Amino acid sequence: MNLDREKMLNLYENMVKIREFEEKARELMLGGKLAGFLHLYCGEEAIAVGVCANLNDKDCITSTHRGHGHIIAKGGNIDKMMAELHGKATGYCKGKSGSMHIADLNIGIVGANGIVGAGLPIAVGVAFAMRYKKMDNVVVAFFGDGASNRGTFHEALNMASVLNLPVVFVCENNHFGMSTPQSVHQKIKDISVRGTAYDIPGKTVDGNDVLAVYEAAAQAVSRAKNGQGPSLIECKTWRHYGHFIGDPEPYKDPEEQKKWLARDPIPRFAKQLIELNYATQAELDAIKDSVKEKIEAAVKYAQSSPDPLPEDVFSDVYAE
Amino acid sequence: MAKMSYIEAIKETQRAEMQRDPNVFIAGEDVGVMGSAFGQTAGLLKEFGPQRVVDTPISESAIIGLGVGAAAMGLRPILVIDFIDFMAVCMDEVLNQASKLRYMLGGQVKIPLVIRTQIGAGIGAAAQHSQSLEAFFTHMPGMKTVAAATPADIKGLLTAAIRDDNPVMFIEHKTLARLEGDVPEGDYVIPIGKADIKRKGSDVTILSWSAMVHKCLAAAESLAQEGINAEVIDIRSLVPLDKECILNSLGKTGRLVIVHEAVETSGYGAEIAAMVADQGFDLLDAPIKRVAAPFTPVPFSPVLEKEWVVSEEKIIDAVKSLF
Ligand SMILES: Cc1ncc(C[n+]2csc(CCOP(=O)(O)OP(=O)(O)O)c2C)c(N)n1
Ligand SMILES: [Mg+2]
Repeated sequence: MNLDREKMLNLYENMVKIREFEEKARELMLGGKLAGFLHLYCGEEAIAVGVCANLNDKDCITSTHRGHGHIIAKGGNIDKMMAELHGKATGYCKGKSGSMHIADLNIGIVGANGIVGAGLPIAVGVAFAMRYKKMDNVVVAFFGDGASNRGTFHEALNMASVLNLPVVFVCENNHFGMSTPQSVHQKIKDISVRGTAYDIPGKTVDGNDVLAVYEAAAQAVSRAKNGQGPSLIECKTWRHYGHFIGDPEPYKDPEEQKKWLARDPIPRFAKQLIELNYATQAELDAIKDSVKEKIEAAVKYAQSSPDPLPEDVFSDVYAE
Repeated sequence: MAKMSYIEAIKETQRAEMQRDPNVFIAGEDVGVMGSAFGQTAGLLKEFGPQRVVDTPISESAIIGLGVGAAAMGLRPILVIDFIDFMAVCMDEVLNQASKLRYMLGGQVKIPLVIRTQIGAGIGAAAQHSQSLEAFFTHMPGMKTVAAATPADIKGLLTAAIRDDNPVMFIEHKTLARLEGDVPEGDYVIPIGKADIKRKGSDVTILSWSAMVHKCLAAAESLAQEGINAEVIDIRSLVPLDKECILNSLGKTGRLVIVHEAVETSGYGAEIAAMVADQGFDLLDAPIKRVAAPFTPVPFSPVLEKEWVVSEEKIIDAVKSLF
């Protein structure tokens, strides 16, 4: 892995940023400050960060209901994200979206999505347009293990394959679709094998190892940009919290939870950085502190922002 | 009578029907181990086992398709699609299969399935988790559509839906989950197609279904203090529609306000208004009023959502505009 120090620390900072953003969002929701559903990305940070580190601003992603991590990793503005969670006029979508539909088309975030599996075919369309316009770019479609059982997964992979489009399908296998364990919702263990059915190379990686994810994504992205078509990457991971805030998680085995918490991608990468002399603990602590400050600033920004006006209900239904 | 919540009524009714008829089973996402997100099927897996309470993959087309096939074979599936918004991804199985098979096959099969799903805004769930799409299913000959506003109606209507030999859309409302009410004990069936007069009155008929019924009742109480005595009809069944109940009420009141949470354009209120204009024109002393959501998706921001959802005040204003 030939990443320079700056890039390595960048990976670390982004993972910490996601973690701190999510912990703050959780605290705000439990404190009654946020409405709606909140699906936290804690534990899965290495995937969004490892993948998006290979993308530029013109490359695109489609995201899921668990989208905050993807958006931050792709360069999303946390002030606007936090304002959106608060339903403020200054939020990414002027308060229309909340947590589940955040997008920033200027930097290739085509959108989070409340419908499981909806992002995959949309990614195929974005890739189609990229080729149509002779752009040298790629689309990443993030989705979960549960989503891999929807028809849209199969249709999108097949279509991307036959049209040879620049899509990287990134499956975040956190081993549950809501409460349903992977072993109950599908018989395969490695979702990457499903690529075979569509003649798409499939690869399984440790989703809690940011460098492993980075490398797999680097290969898939360069394949796509070289006109060699789509890839499927499965990242094995675990969500630290429930499906959404308020989920009592009766379905999680405490032993498994413990095992996975010990594989938390952030301390794990911190250890690597220190061992390989990329940074000292003090430097990593400083990164965390500065991230925390930015998150606090985002909350202030959000909470001091104006609400939308009642008449804004009617705006943006149709293009003028 | 037993006191129970809306959610408990859903759970207990399914339990009772599963005990009564071994052909009744439940299939859907997270209905088993988790007992559904709000506990609508809690404990049923333990009682009836995994053959009758099936935790499915996230494969909505296959869930409804499974129900159609199983129903054609004589079973009585209860299929759970948590939010009505997700019905969009399995519409073929509902529209072109479940609702039409019997007719297309010249009456050779019955498709006695129930699809349990929730509508409704009000919890900040935004545009893809808050819609009221019940009207979609009223545009499908062969399909029945019912909506329950109280725990008692849950029991009576869900029992009827499960025992019905036709596909039935069973519409729940997510904001009613904790609503408590008296529920009749023993066998209790509300015939599908029977409206319920939830408040008697003589000056104006306010007609609604699902959660909006409660706002209509609250509006009626306020109106009573101003001397307007409103009758509130909960139609409970959209298809078939209890036209007789509606026309009888108009015979007394001469005024009709239709209230629903769905967007006004092509909402089911339009169908009811057209029916009344056609069959009850002579009964009317004033134009028919509709109170419904504006023609926009449901916004997230609590400020906007509150503006979007029909309020008691809007109902009151609509009623007063007729006098
Ligand atoms: C089409 C559709 N079906 C069901 C749901 C309800 N739902 C939301 S998230 C979820 C689980 C998704 O599991 P997975 O794809 O593994 O993603 P994860 O939540 O684990 O990140 C379900 C069933 C939905 N939003 N859309
Ligand atoms: Mg999952």
